[in-house]
Amino acid sequence: MEEYTFLRQFADSWMLLLLFAVFVGVVFWVFRPGSSKTHTDSANIPFRNEDKPATSKEARK
Amino acid sequence: MSNYIKLIALGLITLVAMIGINYARDTAYMVHAIIVMLVAGGLFLHTVRRTDEPAMAGAPQNEYFDSVVRAGVIATAFWGVVGFLVGTFIAFQLAFPQLNFDWLHGYGNFGRLRPLHTSAVIFAFGGNALIATSFFVVQRTSAARLWGGNLAWFVFWGYQLFIVLAATGYLLGATQSKEYAEPEWHVDLWLTIVWVAYLAVFLGTLIKRKEPHIYVANWFYLAFIITVAMLHVVNNLSIPVSFWGSRSIQLFSGVQDAMTQWWYGHNAVGFFLTAGFLGMMYYFVPKQAERPVYSYKLSIIHFWALIFLYIWAGPHHLHYTALPDWASTLGMVFSIVLWMPSWGGMINGLMTLSGAWDKLRTDPVIRMMVISIGFYGMSTFEGPMMSIRAVNSLSHYTDWTIGHVHSGALGWNGMITFGALYYLVPVLWKRERLYSLQLVSWHFWLATIGIVLYAASMWVTGIMEGLMWREVDANGFLVNSFADTVAAKFPMYVVRGLGGVLFLTGSIIMCYNLWMTVKRSPAKEASLAAAVPAE
Repeated sequence: MEEYTFLRQFADSWMLLLLFAVFVGVVFWVFRPGSSKTHTDSANIPFRNEDKPATSKEARK
Repeated sequence: MSNYIKLIALGLITLVAMIGINYARDTAYMVHAIIVMLVAGGLFLHTVRRTDEPAMAGAPQNEYFDSVVRAGVIATAFWGVVGFLVGTFIAFQLAFPQLNFDWLHGYGNFGRLRPLHTSAVIFAFGGNALIATSFFVVQRTSAARLWGGNLAWFVFWGYQLFIVLAATGYLLGATQSKEYAEPEWHVDLWLTIVWVAYLAVFLGTLIKRKEPHIYVANWFYLAFIITVAMLHVVNNLSIPVSFWGSRSIQLFSGVQDAMTQWWYGHNAVGFFLTAGFLGMMYYFVPKQAERPVYSYKLSIIHFWALIFLYIWAGPHHLHYTALPDWASTLGMVFSIVLWMPSWGGMINGLMTLSGAWDKLRTDPVIRMMVISIGFYGMSTFEGPMMSIRAVNSLSHYTDWTIGHVHSGALGWNGMITFGALYYLVPVLWKRERLYSLQLVSWHFWLATIGIVLYAASMWVTGIMEGLMWREVDANGFLVNSFADTVAAKFPMYVVRGLGGVLFLTGSIIMCYNLWMTVKRSPAKEASLAAAVPAE
C-alpha cells in the first residue's frame, strides 16, 4: 500500500480511536473516586511558596 | 574556561557578520548583519572585561529569579505601546490614504507597516508577556528557582534581538509573505535557538520542582512552548537562495504550502494566543480573586480537550480554495467542537469569582481580568461560527475577520495581560499597592470602549462589504465595484481608528501608573479597600 494511503487510513481509524480513548481515560481519571482531596490540594498551589522557593526539607511529597 | 569558549564563538560570529555586511545581497540582510555584528562585538568586549576576574558568588538558590521577570514586564509594556501605536497609525492610513507619505514609500506604507503591527502586538507584546509570566508562574507553582542560571537572560535578550531583526526586516522588505511567520530564514533560525533555550529553562524548572503536582497553568504554558516550536519549524522549512541574502524558497508549494501555513497560523492563535494566555488566567485570576480556581477537575479536562481539538481547526481558513472538501469540512467540524472546551474554560475562569463577585465593584484589576474572560468567550463563540462554510462565504476577505481577531486580541489577550501586569508590578518591585486604582479604572474604560468601537465598526463594514460584493442585478451582473465598497467603508474606518486611539491612550495611562507604582508607591491611595466608583 502506498505510504500516504496507509497513513491516511491509520490516522482516521486506529489513531483516532487511540486519541479518543486517551481523552476518555483522562476524564475517568479526573473523576476517579476519592480524588477531590488531591484536586483541592493542587488548586491551592498558587497560594503557597509566594516569596521564596521551598527548601528540600519543606518539599511536599 | 567557559569564558574563552564564549569569546571564540562571539569573535567568530562578529567576523561572519562583518563578511555578511560586505557580501550582503539586499539591504535587509546587510542591516541585520550590522545589528548582529554590533551585538556580538559588544558582548565580546563585555566578556573580555570579565575574563580571569575572580568569580562572583553564584546565584542564591533560596530566592526566586525575578530580575528577568521584571525586565520582561518592562519589555511587555514598551512593545505593547509601540504595537498599539503602529496599529492606530495604519488604521488611519486605511481611512486617509494620504498618510502613506511619499517620502516614506517603500518603508512606511501600509503594506510594510501591517506585519510590523501584527508581529509587534502578537510576538513582542504577547510573547514578552508570556515569557515573563511563565517564568514568574513556574517558579511560584514549582517552589523552585528557575533552572539554568543566566540561560533565562539569554532567552529574554535573544527574544528581543529576534523582535528587532524581524521588525527591521519588515520595514526593509525581507518577508517570506506567510502571515504571522513573515521573518526570513536567518531570523527563523535564531528564534529556534532562543525557543529551545526557553523550553530548557521551563522544563528544567518543572523537573526540579518541590511540589508533587504540576499546576495546571504550567501545563498550558508547556503546551504553548512545545507546540509553537513544532509549528515554527515545520512552517518555516525553506531553502535560502544564498547564505548572504535574506531571500528563501519554501519547501512546500501550492495548496500544501497554504495548508501548512494555516495549520501554523491557526495554531499560533490556538497555542500562542489561547493556551499560553490561559496559563496566565489559571494563575493570575485565582491570585487576584484570592480564591482557588472554581473547579480543578474542569481545568484538567479543559486542557486536554483544547489540546486535542485545536490542532485540527486550521483548514477553516481555506474554504472554497484548492483544498479538498473533506479537509475543510474537518477543520470546520473541529472548530465547532471547540465551543465546548473554550466555554468550559471561560466558565471555569469566571466562576472562580463565585462568592467574591463584590470584588468587581472595588477592584478594577479583577474587573479587567473578568472582561478579558468575557471577550475570550465572545470571540471563541464568534470564531467557530465564522468557520462554518456558509457564514465564511460572507465573512471571508472582509473586515469582519479583522474585527473578530481584534476582539480576541485586544479584549482577551490585551486585557488579561494588563491585569497580570497590574498584579505583577507591586509584587516584583515589592510595593504595597498600585499607585492609583483610579487610573486603572480609566484604563479599563478607555480600553473597553475602544474595543467596542473597533469590533462594532468592523462588524458593520465587514457584513456590508460582504453583501455588496455578492450583490447582483436582475441580469446577473455585479452591482458594486470594489472601489464602491472602499468608499462606503470610510466612516467605519474612522470609528475604528478612534477606537484604537482610546485603547492606546489606556495603555499609556497604564505605563504611567506602573512607573509611578515603582517610583512612588505606597502613595496617595489609602488602601486597596478604598471604594472606587463602578461608573
